[in-house]
Amino acid sequence: MSLKWVLQAGVCAVGLAMAAGGASAQEKVLRWSSQGDAFSMDPYVRNESLTLGVMGNVYEGLTRRDTKTLEIQPGLAIRWEQQEPTRWRFWLRQGVKFQDGRPFTADDVVFSFNRVRAGASDLKTRVAGIKEAKKIDDFTVDFITDVPNPIIMYEWDTWGILSATWAKENFALETVDVTKTAPNFASTSANGTGPFVLTYREADVRTEFAVNQDWWDKDGRKKFNVTKVIYRPIKNPATAVAALLSGQIDVVEPVPVQDIDRINKSGQAKVEIGPELRTIFLGMDTDRNELVYSDVKGKNPLKDKRVRQAFYQAIDIDAIKTKIMRNLAVPSAMMIGAGVNGYDTNVKRLPYDPAAAKKLLTDAGYPNGFGITLDCPNDRYVNDEAICQAVVGMLARIGVKVTLNAQSKTIIFPFYAAKRDTSFYMLGWTPGSVDSWNVLYNIVGSVKKDAQGRIVRGLFNYGAWSSPALDDLTDKILTETDKAKRDGMIAQAWKLHTDDIGHLPLHQQALAWGVRNNVSVVVSPFNRYDWSLVNVK
Amino acid sequence: MIAFVLQRVLQAVAVMLTVALVAFSLFRFVGDPVINMVGQDTPEEERIRIREQLALDKPVVVQYFRFVQQIVTGNFGTSLRTGIPIGQLMAERLPATLELAIAGGIFALAIGMPMGVYTGLYPRSGLSRTFLSISLIGVSLPTFLIGILLILLFSVVLGWLPSFGRGDVVHLGFWSTGLLTASGWQSIIMPAITLGMFQLALIMRLVRAEMLEVLRTDYIKFARARGLSNRAIHFGHALRNTLIPVITIVGLQLGALIAFSIITESVFQWPGMGLLFLQAVQFADIPVMAIYLVLIGFLFVLINLVVDLLYYVVDPRLRVDVSAARGG
Repeated sequence: MSLKWVLQAGVCAVGLAMAAGGASAQEKVLRWSSQGDAFSMDPYVRNESLTLGVMGNVYEGLTRRDTKTLEIQPGLAIRWEQQEPTRWRFWLRQGVKFQDGRPFTADDVVFSFNRVRAGASDLKTRVAGIKEAKKIDDFTVDFITDVPNPIIMYEWDTWGILSATWAKENFALETVDVTKTAPNFASTSANGTGPFVLTYREADVRTEFAVNQDWWDKDGRKKFNVTKVIYRPIKNPATAVAALLSGQIDVVEPVPVQDIDRINKSGQAKVEIGPELRTIFLGMDTDRNELVYSDVKGKNPLKDKRVRQAFYQAIDIDAIKTKIMRNLAVPSAMMIGAGVNGYDTNVKRLPYDPAAAKKLLTDAGYPNGFGITLDCPNDRYVNDEAICQAVVGMLARIGVKVTLNAQSKTIIFPFYAAKRDTSFYMLGWTPGSVDSWNVLYNIVGSVKKDAQGRIVRGLFNYGAWSSPALDDLTDKILTETDKAKRDGMIAQAWKLHTDDIGHLPLHQQALAWGVRNNVSVVVSPFNRYDWSLVNVK
Repeated sequence: MIAFVLQRVLQAVAVMLTVALVAFSLFRFVGDPVINMVGQDTPEEERIRIREQLALDKPVVVQYFRFVQQIVTGNFGTSLRTGIPIGQLMAERLPATLELAIAGGIFALAIGMPMGVYTGLYPRSGLSRTFLSISLIGVSLPTFLIGILLILLFSVVLGWLPSFGRGDVVHLGFWSTGLLTASGWQSIIMPAITLGMFQLALIMRLVRAEMLEVLRTDYIKFARARGLSNRAIHFGHALRNTLIPVITIVGLQLGALIAFSIITESVFQWPGMGLLFLQAVQFADIPVMAIYLVLIGFLFVLINLVVDLLYYVVDPRLRVDVSAARGG
């Protein structure tokens, strides 16, 4: 390759680029970017918001949720009814076609039900406790449950329906187990009923989608005009913001809080803020008789509610909100955010009051405080480490000497999980079902193991706070079919937790999407990317 | 000669085995990949099943031997993060990294050599001082900062060059190249400059020092006495004699360019092996990390081998020594 040749090529290249820049585009292209890529094009591989968010544009569930209000709406099913305590009937939408042209019928639902609960599917919880899916006729399906389940469809907006014939023809009957085998057809191709068709896939680099001209709900989304989507992950936030400002990307998610002003002042793009469902909280070991990481020996100060309350009231949540989160957070009095079934605006945070906290600590027998270690991820939530650092300073004011152990999530979470090897920790949680039961069972429920010693209840209740009364209510909430009665019990359960200060809720963090001025989007509290709500001018 | 090469190949195998062993004893500290592999609602039994299948519950030594066994049978394993076989993943990423490394190397040579020659010939001129100051910046500024500054200037402010990615690529069999499209050429400019900046400064300073050294030697004086033109002296005699150490360094630095393009690739979202490795570290994608490190180990051994063989060609004394040793 001679130098002359290279130079010629270079000159041609510049010329070509100019020509391409000058051509006017007929189609409305949306260039979208996030930090990571969808794990797979198979919607059952990972129960993770990014994969679900991207693939939600291709595969649709029997239900769907309003992107903004999260209200459950008809999706591929038009209505449903609990005909017996353990039998739900779903009536399917007629005239819907998969992207390969085949009609959508009850066979596809039954097939998807069997696929989602088998093999290496990570979405098995979507159909947990369902014994069978029965085809009644081409557009009616019955689901038989073990026990009465009033919220069977709460997470079905993210259980996408696959075409049975397509999966069979392409040998993609099961979700691939990445620990054992190579990807199958469904890992790199897709065939759903949704508004977008997968047209190109290069993992980690570029994934392209074209609009599905035959989508059944095209008329329902009036503002939707995108014809093509190019999804490109950008890992480094500074690079992503530069790509947004230089016009190479239309939407960037997430935007680092420190860059929000710069984007808004650029005149090129704006930052759209929306609440996220995830609640960030601190948990405490209230179970062991002696804390593992503390200088108090022979007893566990955190078993005393007064100490937990002292911690609570020593935390200046407004300072965290304004100084660290730059107002991109909503302080929370509960373990769930607004929008989750069971959220109550009347529940208020205990006031920030270091003097009262100090007195509580003295009453509990620790006038000089004590030492404890706070475990904290540094790459999981917005400003997670900074929040923990602030908590260290705030607790120092009442004499509690906190040592901060902030590490990557891949290192710190196994510590929490495996041996419950923590005394004081930070965690965040989004109930995928948008219902309190999920949190009551997983986060605040007593730790309970099965016969093999595996934890079933309270899997993420790392401090093992426990209330048998709350557990009783949780079991009843699971099967209670009367909505009013059920909501009453949820309120009762939360009162037990709040009154005893089982955990220290901090806030719901906000989502920040960087959006070019000519694009309008709807920010979802689930952080889903709903491209059928995007308008490009 | 063949014996020498064979000996080196055996050494390479030993180096790779050692690299893998060190890597595996360090993987304990990168954390648990299962956390990243499943959703938050995944029950404990499922997590335990995956952990058992990956042998993560086994001691390091067992994991290491499992890995070596796999490699020997030609199975590189599957990436835990992407679910793609690692052989395929590496083959997809290697062209991007090699193209970037070579472009960075060419940039460093093409600019660094003339600058070095000039500063060697006219050490006291104003331009030489400017070049030296620039090279100081190249040596001392961290790569990511150079990258971000370039992006800020040429993408955000001026809007001339794309801020990330490889542009459109053309697939030629197993090789994907960005050098056949306009956007590919535009995309490679800034990453290549960022990656080559340090090498540029290094080459420039090396050439300068060598030139100053050579220009003082007797044969240059003789050449002048013979009345040769400046041009012939500077380029025909002086520069040619400075090239031997320069070529050695450039060869070795090519390995460094490939192995340490991690930061540049991350700043420019360049889809090469460095970015892949960085993502693997954050995800605790152990199989990918292991293969990457072994591959880089292999690359260094290979480059060293080539350099050694070049010495053979360049320096007759080496050949004499070996044959003398064999004879004795």
